[in-house]
Amino acid sequence: MGVAREEKRMAKVPIQFVLNGDEKAEFVESGSTLLKVLREKLGDTSPKGGCHQGTCGTCSVLVDGELRLSCLTLAETCEGASVTTTAGLAEGGVLHPLQRAFQEGFATQCGFCTPGMIMAAKALLDRVPNPTREEVVDAISGNICRCTGYEPIIRAILSAARSNSHHAA
Amino acid sequence: MELRKNYFADERKDDLHEIGQSRPRSDAPGHVTGKTAYFADRTFPGLLHLKMVRSPHHHARIKGIDTSEALKHPGVVRVLTAKDIPHNLYTILILIQVGPEDEYVLAEDKVRWKGEAVVAVVAETERAAQEAVDKVKVDYEVLPAVFDMEEALKPGAPLVNEFHPGNFYLYDSGDHRKVRFGDIEKGFAEADHVLEQTYASSPIEQAPTETTGCVVMPEGNDRFTCHTNTQAMFFTLDNTSIILQMPGHKLHMVGGTVGGGFGGKVDVIVEPIAILAARLTGRPVSFIYGRYEEMQISSPRAAEKIIIKDGVMKDGRIVARKVTGYTDAGAYSRHSPYGAQKGAAHYPGPYTVPNVWIDTYCVYTNRTPSSAMRGFGVTIADFALEVQMDKLARLIGMDPLEFRFVNAYRDGDMKAHRQPTTGAALIECMQEASRAANWPVAEKYLQMSSYKGG
Amino acid sequence: MAIRRGRGVAAINYPTGMNLGGDPSQALVHSTPTGNFMVTLSSVDLGQGLKQVMAQICAETIGVPTEQVIIDTADTDTGPHCMGTFASRGTHRIGNAVVQAAREARQVMLEVAAEALEVNASDLETDGTGNIHVKGAPQKSISIFDTALTAHFKLGRSISGRGMFLVPRSYPEVETGAMKPSTCYAHACTVVDVEVDDETGEVTVVSVKNVFEIGRALNPKMVEQQLVGGSWMGISHALYETTEPYYPSREHGGTDFNEYLMPGPGDLADTEIIVLERPAADGPYGAKGPGEMCANPQIPAVANAVFDAVGVRIDMLPITPERILRALKEQRAA
Repeated sequence: MGVAREEKRMAKVPIQFVLNGDEKAEFVESGSTLLKVLREKLGDTSPKGGCHQGTCGTCSVLVDGELRLSCLTLAETCEGASVTTTAGLAEGGVLHPLQRAFQEGFATQCGFCTPGMIMAAKALLDRVPNPTREEVVDAISGNICRCTGYEPIIRAILSAARSNSHHAA
Repeated sequence: MELRKNYFADERKDDLHEIGQSRPRSDAPGHVTGKTAYFADRTFPGLLHLKMVRSPHHHARIKGIDTSEALKHPGVVRVLTAKDIPHNLYTILILIQVGPEDEYVLAEDKVRWKGEAVVAVVAETERAAQEAVDKVKVDYEVLPAVFDMEEALKPGAPLVNEFHPGNFYLYDSGDHRKVRFGDIEKGFAEADHVLEQTYASSPIEQAPTETTGCVVMPEGNDRFTCHTNTQAMFFTLDNTSIILQMPGHKLHMVGGTVGGGFGGKVDVIVEPIAILAARLTGRPVSFIYGRYEEMQISSPRAAEKIIIKDGVMKDGRIVARKVTGYTDAGAYSRHSPYGAQKGAAHYPGPYTVPNVWIDTYCVYTNRTPSSAMRGFGVTIADFALEVQMDKLARLIGMDPLEFRFVNAYRDGDMKAHRQPTTGAALIECMQEASRAANWPVAEKYLQMSSYKGG
Repeated sequence: MAIRRGRGVAAINYPTGMNLGGDPSQALVHSTPTGNFMVTLSSVDLGQGLKQVMAQICAETIGVPTEQVIIDTADTDTGPHCMGTFASRGTHRIGNAVVQAAREARQVMLEVAAEALEVNASDLETDGTGNIHVKGAPQKSISIFDTALTAHFKLGRSISGRGMFLVPRSYPEVETGAMKPSTCYAHACTVVDVEVDDETGEVTVVSVKNVFEIGRALNPKMVEQQLVGGSWMGISHALYETTEPYYPSREHGGTDFNEYLMPGPGDLADTEIIVLERPAADGPYGAKGPGEMCANPQIPAVANAVFDAVGVRIDMLPITPERILRALKEQRAA
């Protein structure tokens, strides 16, 4: 066995975490980002790589309920954590209220920012079920959208919050 | 949004079932669940990654390229230079006879802008490719560069691109596209006021959230499937066929679901070199721009300089309009000669002016080649035209909106490029804006119509 | 030092399709055995909703609900030629090709139904919900489902059609520039209200009222998406965006979303959209291209509003606080 091949094997590290409710265990290259592991190892391409430098928000996911940019998160730091992506939001084929609100409110155009937007919004609604417009604006201010002019997205999030609280009541 | 159906009601029937209905978008469920598949949302075993060695200089002669250290870098599979490209010289619009071929897929003798592609490195991982990029040694002799369009057009300016002597695009009409209508000097002589003003813009990035890119899969039968986010499938296929000297039936482009374009994905940049790399390695290859490349390497909207000279009467009529427009193509044509020409067709704007003189130039400088963007050839022209309209109105003491009514084109009016106006609706837009914005105008303007004689 | 308010207007038109024409698009339509319709294209959806619009155009033309139409696009092995998605050409050019293909398919469908019903095809009409019946006699009808089955399994016919749309290329006359750039134009008028802080040079767009004339709003909600997003981009162009802020100097160009500025969700103007429809003579159901022109009128309207507010003209885009402050300094010195 050559030295290069040995090095390659040594560079892999085991990681284990829960993705959208399912146990996952993988060997990944040390230093791999969570985004890379989700997309390339686990086949969850709902988080997108719009900049790989933490400036666009398209890769946003939840790690133990906290909003994280998966392009700047080392996969190794997610050991034992629970990771949630947009692909895991619908339950039993029923869309999450945010997903429904984005769809019905015509808040998607090219759709590339949508999964990240929805995760940023979910992080907010999990914390603040009835947010003000300002709180919504603040929550998505790290997410770039080039198509919509943001207004339909803000409205969709507010509408999802309303339908949520209605449901709870 | 409000649909105001009281306008043009006589030209429209409401007897349709599907048209005019806000049906839900069929792609939205995929978007909100993250299931929509963009070109990069596929995995290919054994995928290689392509990264580009780019010029650090605005203008330089290439004296030598040494790729030996890069080739030795662990994980590097292949290094490509100009001599690997079968037909290295190309231009996108050659398919519709807009030549000459003026751009190199990979630089040969010179680089003409900071960021120009020189050497492509193909490696097992993105990281290995990027590290090897830094090990390619290119020996440059820096040349004088020119960035200002006026400077570029002066005799003795550094020559940006040998295929464009004088640093301008040569149309069949000469160094600029012209429109001549009426007698411009007579118009200025008759005018109560003449106002000449200069407007300018700097380059603007399309900034789609999904960067430009492609993933190429060799099909094993000397055919190549290229998953791409191009805005134009056959521009890409046909240009790739020319560049790689491969029959078109060897190429298979798949795409159509794109994370925003805005004109930024009309160029054919990433696909030919990625397909070549897949062909030479026999493995799938991905070439995806990083955000830096999207911002500074991919073609922006061109900077423009526009000089407008108008003759206007005290009663508000514009009697003469002369426009000189300059489009900064950067170092290569791409779509800029088309864009500059589109500007010539757009002036003098949606107004009826009896005497018009238009010259539009496409100028080469040592900067990132510009190309299409939303509103191509028109966006900056409209900025210049409509600020000029505001200045003219104030010059003669007229309300800016009323001033536009006086000059607005109507059906049947002859345009400067000698097409009669049809389907005009500027007047009605302004009437509705007057109402919606509570911007009062005289009753006679509210009674006008875009119909012939209205 | 104060916050000053100003108001500006701009009015524009915009050509639909590639300048000077010569830009073809083609479409193929065929039915499945159970009367669903497949539209095959090589056109690209950039997010504006091209697939949805083409489905509605095909559905309207054939006479079926939109959900019965599937769009198969952007595979060069199967899709016929399309010049591309740019130059506000998608809805107009590709839509026209889809109309033509769908008409041809509809004709075959009616011939098959006529044979099944033992009537003349010219006496038949569709009800838009999936049925074909004799004009004036709705009880004498056949479903499109059964019509397709009849075509496939009994008559051996292909319910299909070919569509092609090409505006012939115009070549400008060399000396006069006589030419035909476009066959139809969209229109807009925008009024913008701004506040300018004459101490910092910052501009806040308080409200933007846009009136757009787009021929025909084929799917009004999707038109609204384009127009709202376009209006945002226009304001962004006016006040923020450039890759070379000190053009023609190449220094200080933004390289990421931290340095390349655009208005964020907290910087939005109160936006109003009004749509007029003057159908284009050669547009599919009268449609023109709204995708590009919707981002243009805000730019000069903002520039004019800034002048109205503080009395300085910024004739170089973008209208940055730095440029406003320099102009105000000059104004005070003069």
